Amino acid sequence: MQPANRPPASTGASGEEAAEVAKRRQGMLLASPGSLYLLIFFVVPLALISVYSFATRTSTGRTSLSGWNVESYRAIGDDVIVGIIGRSAWLATLTTALCLAVGYPFAYYIATRPRHLRAVLLVLVMIPFWTNGLVRVFAIRFLLGSNGPASALSESMGFGTFRILFTPTAVTIGMVYSFLTLMVLPLYVALERMDWSLTEAARDLYASGSKAFWKVTLPLTKSGIVAGSVLVFVPSFGSYVVPDILGGAKTLLVGSYIARQFRDARNYPLGAALSVLLIVAMLVAVALNQRSGSGADSGDRPRRRGRGRAHAEPEPVAAP
Amino acid sequence: MNSMTTTTVARQRGQGCNGRSRLILLGAIVGIASLLAAACGDDEEAAEPAAAPETTQAPEPTADPEPAEEAAPAEEAAPAGPAAHCAAGETDGDLTFYNWAEYIDDELLAAFEAETGINVDYTTYESNEEMLTKVESGAAIYDLVVPSDYMVDTMRREGLLLELNYDAIPNSANIDPAFTSPPFDPDHLYHVAYQWGTTGIGMSYEVLDILGESTWAVIFDPDTAALVPGSISMLDDAPEAVSAALKYLGYSITDVINNRNEDAVREAGELLRATNERLLKYDSVTFGDDLVNGEVDVAHGWSGGFALSIFEADAYETHVYTIPKEGGVRWVDTMAIPHNADNVCSAHAMINFLTDAENGATLTNWTYYGSPNAASTPFILDEILEDPGIYPPPDVYARLELIPQMGDLGLIVQDMLTEAKS
Amino acid sequence: MTGTVETGLGQRTRRLLAAWAWVVFAFLYVPIVVLVVFSFNASARVNIWGGFSLAWYGEALSNEVITSAIRVSLIVAAVSTAVSVVLGTAVALALDRYRFKGRRALDGTIYLPIVIPDITMAVMLLVFFAEAFKFIDSFGPRFTLGISTVALSHIAFNISFVCVVVRARLDQFDRTLEEAARDLYATGWQTFRRVTLPLIMPGIAAGGLLALTLSLDDVVISAFVAGPGSTTLPVYVFSSIRRGVTPELNAISTLMLTASITLVLGALALQRRRASASQQTQVL
Repeated sequence: MQPANRPPASTGASGEEAAEVAKRRQGMLLASPGSLYLLIFFVVPLALISVYSFATRTSTGRTSLSGWNVESYRAIGDDVIVGIIGRSAWLATLTTALCLAVGYPFAYYIATRPRHLRAVLLVLVMIPFWTNGLVRVFAIRFLLGSNGPASALSESMGFGTFRILFTPTAVTIGMVYSFLTLMVLPLYVALERMDWSLTEAARDLYASGSKAFWKVTLPLTKSGIVAGSVLVFVPSFGSYVVPDILGGAKTLLVGSYIARQFRDARNYPLGAALSVLLIVAMLVAVALNQRSGSGADSGDRPRRRGRGRAHAEPEPVAAP
Repeated sequence: MNSMTTTTVARQRGQGCNGRSRLILLGAIVGIASLLAAACGDDEEAAEPAAAPETTQAPEPTADPEPAEEAAPAEEAAPAGPAAHCAAGETDGDLTFYNWAEYIDDELLAAFEAETGINVDYTTYESNEEMLTKVESGAAIYDLVVPSDYMVDTMRREGLLLELNYDAIPNSANIDPAFTSPPFDPDHLYHVAYQWGTTGIGMSYEVLDILGESTWAVIFDPDTAALVPGSISMLDDAPEAVSAALKYLGYSITDVINNRNEDAVREAGELLRATNERLLKYDSVTFGDDLVNGEVDVAHGWSGGFALSIFEADAYETHVYTIPKEGGVRWVDTMAIPHNADNVCSAHAMINFLTDAENGATLTNWTYYGSPNAASTPFILDEILEDPGIYPPPDVYARLELIPQMGDLGLIVQDMLTEAKS
Repeated sequence: MTGTVETGLGQRTRRLLAAWAWVVFAFLYVPIVVLVVFSFNASARVNIWGGFSLAWYGEALSNEVITSAIRVSLIVAAVSTAVSVVLGTAVALALDRYRFKGRRALDGTIYLPIVIPDITMAVMLLVFFAEAFKFIDSFGPRFTLGISTVALSHIAFNISFVCVVVRARLDQFDRTLEEAARDLYATGWQTFRRVTLPLIMPGIAAGGLLALTLSLDDVVISAFVAGPGSTTLPVYVFSSIRRGVTPELNAISTLMLTASITLVLGALALQRRRASASQQTQVL
């Protein structure tokens, strides 16, 4: 992808300094309301939470901002919290892997349909993507409940009732259900842009179908895999709603643990420290994605020309 | 269609492009943040010292409310007596009422609105601590809240409650004297009882027959729990969960808390941790319905929740609420006014309204919890008055304990439940 | 590019792929469809079909708590979308076109609200509002958490999403069109109004749609920064789910589903019409 920080096009008539200054001012003017808003309602809160993470929880559960310490960060090393982080990471990894396993063939199928069919199928993928996430989790809760339709069905077929709700399995199903589309869409974009003549060439050179897939298709769609994995991993690591609704509040994950520190346990500094840690972890994940993403990017994507810079944008999917 | 794809791709791009500079920027942001942090820190320290003396005193069980009042914001500085001078029934604006979920008949709110002409902004919470967080933060302003016994104690010690003006609550005379000088607010300055109840175990008769007698062992002892054919649930409430474990272990909750017996609390925590695996879920809201629906066979929960579910499903033949032989918890939920309430007179008016004899009965007839209102008795449904699950007989009542204010032990108690879940 | 793509897969693999795809579609849709179907169930027991009925919709819509939650949600969504579309588009334009002081910092910060988990954003804002109100309190005026803090919080994350979407659109923007306009002596404003804005409009619309969806979706942040009288519909639904599954909840959920699907399909239809109205759009 092209660097976003490219200098503004200065092809017009103005090369003079005055115009440059005016332009600079104009840009500042344009950006300032949004920047100010973000400063107040995002950067300051971010700073505050970082400050809180060095504060002390008093014996009554208030947060004292007088004695600064790193106690909360040290507490993160406790077995309990390490266990919670480990479990969250495991669940996020499992969710990502399952989404990839489920989503790749799915995206592959859609991307290789004839154009008009592709557009329709893509809309079918989009609808759940845009549908209210909470309602979708509720749908799973409803379906899997021990007095829900799935259980009633299995009972009427003689398999007995079905106890899956409030188990790790239910949470995993809910996570995959919630985040699958986030995996499918980037995979689709990557597969849709595949130059299939390359696999054909591989086949012509007597590679087997599976070999052509593993050696050609998969590497060429690496960028989609990485992007999709990050898009799934990041929200599932900090997920709060899905485990709460489908897990029966029985096993804490990082998201619910942080919420607990602010709601029940009243340990703001510890909650704040974990939040900071979570933010840093997410940023590292994204940074890693960028590195591998830009690496994979350099070779495989067909670059179209437009005013001398490459377009990373895929071809419009459903141009009528 | 294009915009759709564009969007998703954009999300990807947001994280995908402008790569190289990102880490530098991160550094910059952290830099800015720490600068701001330093600036804010100075502010905080200047603003905060009021809170500091209070924290050092808090562990003393008899700390008087004085230092707490220092910590409270200036606008209600040092009220040496009831802060509000409201007449009975006087209102001063729309009431914001923060109550437990499923804890009032909507009709009562509507009747109050009709009678006073003000609106009630009604919001709910699911644990004492959740309410405390909102009130304590000072960011949310509520006029009336419903803390339980120990929470009244905590809140009044922290200066979070306003002293009530009983001139504006003539109906408070209806309250049974047994509820007017409780240990959590001996002088009855800050609260008026709302409902009371007990915490025990709801189970199917099938399970009770196996056990012979109700016991906490059905939850905490692996061998006894193995006899239960179905699943088990516990309240998602740290003080209740720890109290139940303490009772099973043979401790008196009052002794453990008042003697600051941290070892006993940790022992209870260990027990909860060992129990976690056996539970279907933690739940403080649907335990009654889950029991009568057969989702669980044994549920730790509150008296009225079970009574209502058993009544609604007409499950008197199959399910029962019990106080285990080791004893259980008795609690009182109360109406109290936060220190920063805006419409203090409206709050008094609502307290007065709900302590009216008939309204008090309406409340109980809807919640199926015990009424502290002596004058309400004639209006309460017989099936409630005669239900030993709601109004336990004296010998059972004798086995019940109030959870005392826990001070700093309260945080350890919270940590116990957290650790049990991990 | 039309016609089936030749992927070099065997017949059997292709069949398997097709079967799998439809299994996944079923996975995506069956829970939703079941939920919708059961919202029309006359029986109060959630698992037994008791005939068709609209009773639960009537029940839900006559419940004052629910209607008030719907109202709060709509106000918050409308306000936060409107504000974040304006601010986000401005930031996107500034970042795309201009060099100015603080540009890099802004460029980095703008993505953060997208990346960090909801729960951390929620606790950040809760702490922020508590401290800010404490500070403002000392000057006299008193604020409380409520519908305005929910809206302010939604704007805080929506600006970023709008900005990212609009920027993606600007990235593929053909600058020659603007230059042509200028060559024809259009003023800066005219160029923006007549050329730039129409061309990035689909991006703005998509950003707005995303903002609207995210605002109507949010549970965690809203729950933390809500105060008296500001329970949004998702927050209500979330706490109701914990209170157990009721047919009324199925009805509300179906209404929410219908709303989001209508929104998306409406946007698609609009896009299509515009696209066929002017072949120009295909430039994107």
